[in-house]
Amino acid sequence: MHKAEKGEKSVRTYEVAFIAAPTLTSEELEGFVAQMQTVVEGKNGKVVKVDNWGKKSLAYKIKKFRDGYYVILTLEADGTIIAELERRFRVADHVIRFLSVRIDEDLKRSEKMKITRQRKSVPTPAPQPMSEYQAGPPAAPIE
Amino acid sequence: MPAPKRFSIRRKRVCKFCAEKISYIDFKDGKLLSHFIPERGKILPRRISGVCSVHQRQLSQAIKRARHMAILPFVAD
Repeated sequence: MHKAEKGEKSVRTYEVAFIAAPTLTSEELEGFVAQMQTVVEGKNGKVVKVDNWGKKSLAYKIKKFRDGYYVILTLEADGTIIAELERRFRVADHVIRFLSVRIDEDLKRSEKMKITRQRKSVPTPAPQPMSEYQAGPPAAPIE
Repeated sequence: MPAPKRFSIRRKRVCKFCAEKISYIDFKDGKLLSHFIPERGKILPRRISGVCSVHQRQLSQAIKRARHMAILPFVAD
């Protein structure tokens, strides 16, 4: 894949998930999320969706916490914004885990698969009568 | 050599993701992923689950992401 030309930014879709410590109040959490949104928007990114799962129990202990607030941001941004967000997550003490995933290519691929499926599901012309060669008894399955 | 008569007992394995037309396996869907996590917390091999190779690769990636986000355990006992 070609790198974007200088000055020209590539817009990609990312999914940035993080877990905030359960010691946070909901106002503090909202403030932090709003802060992250301003960071994204300040760098010409776009926050498409903020998904707040609320407090969920963790599958294992992280920093001695058994549960945490899950927040998932869907962004249209470029790599520098993600780098900045991740830097802030590392600095912030109350973020106990984060994960950024680029999803635009996966979404594109899944769209493509959907289209090909639709094409396949269009009723095909009546099956041709099988030739004698194929009409023999079905071969025993291998294995 | 005659074909074995009772081969129909072997259940035909169909990839769950192909059958349900899931083309992107999301790491956030812990409920879906937990079907492929036996008790111990390991990733179920596809010779047992019947998942196709394309989806198994996506599945294992999603499970690893889910583990990082504490949606699934690394080791369960």
